[in-house]
Amino acid sequence: MAEITATGDRRRLIAMLSPAYLWLTVAVFLPLSAMLFFSVLTALPQDGPDWSLTLQNYRLFLTDPVYATLLWKSLQLGLTVTVICILIGYPCALVLARTIRGRARETLFLLVILPFWSNSLVRIFSWAIVLRGNGVLELGLNAVLPFDVSLNLMFTTHAVVIGLVHSYLPYVILTSYLALQAIDDDIIDAARSIGAGTLTILWRLLLPLSLPGLLAGAVLVFVPVVGSFMEPRILGGRMGTYYGTVIEDQFVAVYNWPLGAALSFILLAVVLLILTLTSPILRKARL
Amino acid sequence: MSRVDVTAVTKHFGTSKALDDVSITFDDGGFFALLGPSGSGKTTLLRTIAGFHFPDSGSIRIGEREVQRVPVEKRDIGMMFQNYALFPNMSVADNIGFGLRVRKVGAAEERRRVAEALELVQLGHLGQRRPSQLSGGQRQRVALARAIVTRPRVLLLDEPLSALDKTLRVDMQLELRRIQREVGITTIFVTHDQEEALTLSDRIGILKDGRIVQVGPPREVYERPVDAFAASFLGEANWLPPSRVAGLELPCRSGAGSFAVRPEALSVATVPAPGKNAIQGRMSQHVFAGAMATCLVDIDGSYWKVIARDRDIPQIAPGADVWLSWSAADTIAVPTPA
Repeated sequence: MAEITATGDRRRLIAMLSPAYLWLTVAVFLPLSAMLFFSVLTALPQDGPDWSLTLQNYRLFLTDPVYATLLWKSLQLGLTVTVICILIGYPCALVLARTIRGRARETLFLLVILPFWSNSLVRIFSWAIVLRGNGVLELGLNAVLPFDVSLNLMFTTHAVVIGLVHSYLPYVILTSYLALQAIDDDIIDAARSIGAGTLTILWRLLLPLSLPGLLAGAVLVFVPVVGSFMEPRILGGRMGTYYGTVIEDQFVAVYNWPLGAALSFILLAVVLLILTLTSPILRKARL
Repeated sequence: MSRVDVTAVTKHFGTSKALDDVSITFDDGGFFALLGPSGSGKTTLLRTIAGFHFPDSGSIRIGEREVQRVPVEKRDIGMMFQNYALFPNMSVADNIGFGLRVRKVGAAEERRRVAEALELVQLGHLGQRRPSQLSGGQRQRVALARAIVTRPRVLLLDEPLSALDKTLRVDMQLELRRIQREVGITTIFVTHDQEEALTLSDRIGILKDGRIVQVGPPREVYERPVDAFAASFLGEANWLPPSRVAGLELPCRSGAGSFAVRPEALSVATVPAPGKNAIQGRMSQHVFAGAMATCLVDIDGSYWKVIARDRDIPQIAPGADVWLSWSAADTIAVPTPA
């Protein structure tokens, strides 16, 4: 009897989970497998009959220093953008979750997620209009300041960082906000009642208790920024060659899919390695 | 340890008046219960004494110090919350030592006083646990230890026992009373549980609609309530219908127009007891509950409750006529509500 119920349960479980697994197979597993296959080919099968298996694409990453240099540059970019997002986003989330109440909070929250609703390409081109020489920002500053400023931020690393921070800031704000607003008000009241000031409460309670949310936000920013190519290309111009743009080039310009796929998998491996190495430290910080 | 004086304190939240000209004194070393229905302002009063709210007008003194404009963290109070509010990211010892560390007492002194406080609440061996690994009663003790380890001038308790189950609650009541006596700290305690207020405190304050209705020792407030609200809120009261007043011996207090009798002051019989006040009614229900029993007697359509030892209640069939008798001195007299 119990066995029949168990098999019945299992059948129902499989029936209910299968759409999710089917979707994962179609959307994630199959494309990734195809890419993995491409990454060990000399050429794409549809381009000609003379293709064979090779590790040359991976070997190229090790022999030609330009790829490693670019990956390092991209990792630095990811770190910079993540740190800036945390420095701006966490205080925003803190004010939003712990100070502002009622209607004003809803309005501000809407403003935070508003960028999500606009097309990212449109957003980046808007930044181009703002940042370029004689652009909106420069004209505005010159109108206010008594002396002439020449910013010319366009096609610099700064422009890339500004564009990326703007795109990914909401992730840090949202995850930190969720963690912060889940903290019981009584805990803060209890700390105040035994004499803790604002800084002590922030350092000993709010920050450690919301750290999981903050770290989740940081990962959500770091991973896509390391592989980003749109912002670097449009806002960085000649300075905007990064690991992500090289991968994109392999797919759309050079049409060397095997190399692009191999570079993608190296990126994936490096990011996973970084997350694995840092997770013990992060877990320790959480306690 | 200090006495606390609240003088003419008024507090609004928006347009609603949470505290209305409240004046009350909490004696040094006393255990004081603030009792009232929800929305009566008892928690607001406690949080105003704590310093989470500043009063719109009036003054609050803790000892000799005027504190009505002093923020919580500078008032030197200890407070316990309904859900304990322990810091989940710290060990029990760190929770208790938090207030000492804020005061920079030094590591050795902190360790000594934390150990002392753990001993006081009988949790000496659990210092390294996390709050999530403790039972409800143990969390309670940690919260208490955390509140008193800094030797505050006053201990404020916001319904601290309401989250515990009945048996644990009674244990904690005794425990709380023992620790309070041992430390000798002025304690103000908010509760909606009247039994808790009666057993724990040496003074009770009843609040209603942001005003103090009555203040006094538990027995006095129970036996001589100042108005109908106090009589019904603290304990139960059977109200005497005006049509039945004739022929009874009732206390002559100025302004008294309503009379009531506590359920445990009544006795049930088929004849009126001689020399006592008695009224006739109809037996409605006899609910046996072990040693004690409860009777409901229909008096002109409203039910009077009688609580007595079961053996003192005669077996009378529902619907039969009975007499309820009580000593004239047990009659509660209050002004008729306007």
